[in-house]
Amino acid sequence: MPVLDHGREIEDRWTDLADDAALPAEGGVIVSLERWRAERDALIARGQPVGVRLKSNQLATELVDDLAHLGVVALEFPKFRDGRAFSAARELRERFGYKGEIRAFGHIIPDQYQFLTRLGVDTVVVPADRVGPAWAHALNEISIAYQPALQDHGTVSLLRRHVKAEIKG
Amino acid sequence: MPDTTVPNAHSNQPADAHAGVYRYDEFDKTFIFERVEQFRAQVERRLKGEITEEEFKPIRLMNGLYLQLHAYMLRVAVPYGMLDSTKMRRLARIARVYDKGYGHFTTRQNIQFNWPELKDIPAILHELAEVDMHAIQTSGNCIRNVTTDQFCGAAADELVDPRVYAEILRQWSTLHPEFTYLPRKFKIAISGAPHDRAAVQIHDVGLIAKKNGAGEVGFTVYVGGGLGRTPYLGTKARDFVPVAEIIGYLEAVLRTYNQLGRRDNIYKARIKITVNEMGPEKFIGLIEEEYARLPRQKYYIDPAIVEAIEQHFAPPPWENLPAVSAKFEAAKAADPAFARWTRSNLSAHRAPGYAIATISVKPIGGIPGDIEAEQMEAVADLAERYSFGEMRVTHEQNLVLAHVKQDDLYDLWLALDKIGLGTANAGLISDIIACPGLDYCALANTRSIPIAQQISERFADLDRQHDLGELKIKISGCINACGHHHVGHIGILGVDKKGEEFFQILLGGDATQTAALAEIVGPGFSYDEIVNAVETVVTTFVGLRQPGERFIDTLARTGHAPFKEALYARA
Ligand code: HEM
Ligand code: SF4
Repeated sequence: MPVLDHGREIEDRWTDLADDAALPAEGGVIVSLERWRAERDALIARGQPVGVRLKSNQLATELVDDLAHLGVVALEFPKFRDGRAFSAARELRERFGYKGEIRAFGHIIPDQYQFLTRLGVDTVVVPADRVGPAWAHALNEISIAYQPALQDHGTVSLLRRHVKAEIKG
Repeated sequence: MPDTTVPNAHSNQPADAHAGVYRYDEFDKTFIFERVEQFRAQVERRLKGEITEEEFKPIRLMNGLYLQLHAYMLRVAVPYGMLDSTKMRRLARIARVYDKGYGHFTTRQNIQFNWPELKDIPAILHELAEVDMHAIQTSGNCIRNVTTDQFCGAAADELVDPRVYAEILRQWSTLHPEFTYLPRKFKIAISGAPHDRAAVQIHDVGLIAKKNGAGEVGFTVYVGGGLGRTPYLGTKARDFVPVAEIIGYLEAVLRTYNQLGRRDNIYKARIKITVNEMGPEKFIGLIEEEYARLPRQKYYIDPAIVEAIEQHFAPPPWENLPAVSAKFEAAKAADPAFARWTRSNLSAHRAPGYAIATISVKPIGGIPGDIEAEQMEAVADLAERYSFGEMRVTHEQNLVLAHVKQDDLYDLWLALDKIGLGTANAGLISDIIACPGLDYCALANTRSIPIAQQISERFADLDRQHDLGELKIKISGCINACGHHHVGHIGILGVDKKGEEFFQILLGGDATQTAALAEIVGPGFSYDEIVNAVETVVTTFVGLRQPGERFIDTLARTGHAPFKEALYARA
């Protein structure tokens, strides 16, 4: 499925692996939390990039001891209305200092895109029939924010800032 | 930095220049117009079928647009209830041009328009934006419009002006990236005085100002209050959070709730359920853990921000007046109807020679909270003449002019009386809160507006109402409790019994600092019986009361038994 970074489609370097799918010989894979737990040692020993998918009811705390090994954490939106992943992203970055990629996948609408990037999400997986200019547009429709984002480090006022979105292309 | 310019006291300033409202700066204006354009585009995308109705629904809700029984309803935010005459006149214009000529004040200090058309909504939002108003987050599963004490900035017992923090919370919660898709809606109320006029304990989060031992000001924080089908009073989470830390603390509350609140069942999704299923101690422990590890510096409210916002709410230029007005005293002596109004509708002001006037939007037999465009305009004129162009909407669906000279009260009342807004019933039995019920609401079991109207007519005699004293009736047409029946001195709940409307009576609720939930007395009454039943409760009270007792005082002393007996013995 297409992956967006800063509003533009990018080449995906990850393979999203189902629990019963065999590990490919080469390349980065994303596995479920359950599979990660079952095959943790083997996945690390494989020497290739690895990431974990979290369901919306799996908190970021589940990965505290694993983050050093993970190149990506993928957060699921089973329904766009289920906003738990917003907090998961914030926890990963702010509480656990996670520096790898955070991606969001599942049912996401463009109107959520700016919120996601402000909380430290890098990439969004979008169904092919939903790719379009709306995503890049959504990053710039509103140029003002009243809260600090993850990127802001207390150097700006608590309540008001201009949001500059950088669109890649 | 926020714009700190406050209109100058000398130049040709507008008549509402000193109204205690927050005035948008360039930053806010940019935001609000971008938001209107965003919604315009969203409506277009919806009309073209690029997004589904399911996806459009939370977007329109985030912009205050509901679908009711017969039509769309637009709920416009009145931040913490504060209006100036410019805003009020614009609301009147919207009522006239885009609706059927009236609006409805709600229990959350907002105003609703019941009949707008979808195609007009972007234009309405644009008109609102021109006067620093919006409909953002008046519905949806987000942090809703923050409510407060309608006497803020005028009451004598205030420790901190709650508008300053309500405005800070308004900004902080506006399009909050993390807390806009919560398990359920989230309502915050804030009281700047120990005497709670904002019903804080029935909110998801309630804040009451308090001074600690060192004389510093902070808030006591309650979490997990709410009405609905499972009512709870809030649990005290923290006795004291310094004012500068309140956003950080709320981030911790919201983050904990966003992650752990139930999403499997909308009736169990409010924070009150999370708190009480988990046990308040455990939940509060999690909040404290989250708070302890937050980067607190980031959320610390800089005193410069507070100062800049305080300027918007600077006290208006009150005159130095004697505490007693001879003119006022003479008018009371000469006109008993006016004297009666002063007994129910005035409250003490902190400045000598001034009073706080409550304008009843509950005329006898009227629809609680409904107001016509012409009345809105007339009130705006009166506010300019007598109260610095400022008005407040109360959670009891009335209006308040907070800074009226005692010398002017008689003229004010005469003018109000002429436009049907001079009823002397604030806090009395006909000052009823009623939800929309079957007249508008798709979830209703029963009517509630007509019940309110009939009770009001039954007790139309104002002398009788004054004799009964403070008595709060609150009516909901189903268990969702939009009419606050759980906190009515007398609550009325509409239930469906085999397709027929029935009404249960609850007694003993209280929404103030002595908050309590009302209890059901017994089986319900039919549509034809309910007003008689209310009268039975009232005459029972009159028979039992001791001098000086209010209804809830008598009830607390006697318990429910005599009322139950009176209600059910006659059957
Ligand atoms: C006509 C359409 C309306 C519908 C369908 C509706 C629906 C609901 C529902 C489902 C709840 C329960 C929410 C929950 O507990 O999670 C609720 C609560 C509430 N509604 Fe309404 N409502 C309507 C109109 C209104 C109006 C006009 C007002 C104000 C005058 C209002 C004020 C409230 C309040 C104050 C609550 C709160 C109780 C709480 O916070 O627990 N509602 N409403
Ligand atoms: S209490 Fe019930 S009937 Fe009344 S407005 Fe709320 S949902 Fe509708």
